[in-house]
Amino acid sequence: MADIAVTPEHLGHSYLENTGKRKGIAAWIFSTDHKRIGILYLISLFTFFSVGVILGILMRLEMLQPGGKLFNAQDYNALFTLHGVIMIFLFVIPGIPATLGNFFLPIQIGAKDVAFPRLNLLSWWLYVTGAIVILLSLFQHGLPDTGWTFYVPYSIRTGTDVTMAVFGVFILGFSSILTGLNFITTIHRMRAPGMTFFKMPLFVWALYATAWVQVIATPVLAITLLLIIIERVFSVGIFDPSKGGDPVLYQHLFWIYSHPAVYIMILPPMGAVSEIITTFSHRTVFGYKAIAMSSLAIAFIGYLVWGHHMFVGGISETAQFVFSLLTFLVAVPSGIKVFNWVATMYKGSIDLQPPFLYVMAFIFLFSIGGLTGLVLGSLATDVHVTATYFVVGHFHYIIFGGGVFIFFGALHYWLPKMFGRMYNKKVANWALAILFIGFNMLYFPMLVMGYEGMPRRYFTYLPQFETWQRISVVGSWILVAGLIIMLTNLIRGVFKGEKVGNNPWGGTTLEWTTSSPPPPENFEEIPVVTHEPYYHPEAAN
Amino acid sequence: MEAQEAKSHSEQISHGTYVLVWLALIVLTCITVAASGINLAAFTIVVTLLIALTKASLVVNIFMHIKFEDKIFKVFLGIAGFTLFVIFSLTFADVFFRR
Repeated sequence: MADIAVTPEHLGHSYLENTGKRKGIAAWIFSTDHKRIGILYLISLFTFFSVGVILGILMRLEMLQPGGKLFNAQDYNALFTLHGVIMIFLFVIPGIPATLGNFFLPIQIGAKDVAFPRLNLLSWWLYVTGAIVILLSLFQHGLPDTGWTFYVPYSIRTGTDVTMAVFGVFILGFSSILTGLNFITTIHRMRAPGMTFFKMPLFVWALYATAWVQVIATPVLAITLLLIIIERVFSVGIFDPSKGGDPVLYQHLFWIYSHPAVYIMILPPMGAVSEIITTFSHRTVFGYKAIAMSSLAIAFIGYLVWGHHMFVGGISETAQFVFSLLTFLVAVPSGIKVFNWVATMYKGSIDLQPPFLYVMAFIFLFSIGGLTGLVLGSLATDVHVTATYFVVGHFHYIIFGGGVFIFFGALHYWLPKMFGRMYNKKVANWALAILFIGFNMLYFPMLVMGYEGMPRRYFTYLPQFETWQRISVVGSWILVAGLIIMLTNLIRGVFKGEKVGNNPWGGTTLEWTTSSPPPPENFEEIPVVTHEPYYHPEAAN
Repeated sequence: MEAQEAKSHSEQISHGTYVLVWLALIVLTCITVAASGINLAAFTIVVTLLIALTKASLVVNIFMHIKFEDKIFKVFLGIAGFTLFVIFSLTFADVFFRR
């Protein structure tokens, strides 16, 4: 891609070595280096992810037997609320952009850092502050019990500490907006000489589309959450039907943000998929412009479909029809991506390394998520399965099977570049196999139970669901075993893994031209870009 | 250079203009409040939104100097504005058609 020779493997020192005045932890938490901030996010995110997993396991454990043996209804409500808030707002929404995006966006466009390094650090501090405020809500007036959607009128009437939790999420929103703003400016202003928009890696295109969603949609959530606080504190009556308010208006405002937020969660993983597939197929990506434009199309169409979350919520029949129709539009750019990925692999020299296998798992799981999404996007079938386990199963196939599996896959892809060391590939493959089995055992029964009428968010169930519930519970144990093996293997790889060169996978984008781990300013000299990002001379011949 | 740009922007708008725009914003706010007391049925929201759009245009162009900025910033603002328009339109697909 670049017209420069590959940088020597060790350029004096790497970003991991302290060179400034600060030492120890201060050298990290006050660093404005985008790579260090990416690592800070990575540690923070996986800390909260672990908490979210533990809460999820407890919820599943409750379902081992009907009748609420472990938790009562109130505690179970708190469990699924916390699980949702932590996983959505503290893990999957910041997800890949805040971690790998922060680390690799500037490197992939040949920049020394993001456009606003201090703002970048502030984003992480806001993230931490928001998380602390949410955690504080646990110790005030009882755990919030509304579900992660904070639906009114319950959220303005419950005695639990919704105000604090909502305020925490409000702060997190600013972190997200500032990151998006930083990325848009960086992409517009900091690209290396010769890197036109259509020479940018597809991961950068995905981050670009995501950043626009973060900047435009997140303020809607912020104002909506503030309105909840105003309702709770001043009883204005914007949403409260007993005071002439409109609770459906809340749902509109909430989903105007939260549906595009699904694309904040899934677009960056799709960008990573494009990188991984082309690298391990050793071929130029098929349909570069189509994939790039489909990211923007998904980001835009994502704004048009929020009403499908409200089909049974009291919206007009006209709105039901319009939103159902628009929902099917999302399938077009998503399909463009999948077909182009498959076409990239066609006649490629495929190397079955762990990141590529994660992508294969992603395509399988995301397809199930997508197809079950059709059931929810269709008006007639949605009415049957709404607010059942079917929705929970679908959502986890999309966000966990799609987004989070690729988060893991992207970590396996870029970890050697980030730390200059390789994890044990055999263990990584085993971990993926265990994860894959556990995942399907955990979530596929939910689709079946939902179809049969098992409502979500109930702390007990009828005996007819016992077999499927138990399969799902055992699946959760297998999944956790896979997670532990995977994370242990990665962490061990970071500290004790075999040292690797600059380009262990044969990647063609700019990050593979600098040393592993990269130097503090990413490149010894700013690269000059002369050809497209996925140029494989051996495939062109 | 940035300081020079900022200076040239502020020089293009006189203090009198700022005061006039501020007064216009107050008047438009009063009209919004007054309009809420008149029964215009479904058009109440349309009138209110048109007034809000006028106010936002004044703030963005005069106070935020977008009028004098590069085309790229106007495009960015246009994208955000268009998205907002789409969001409002789709919300009305519900509100105006409820039975």
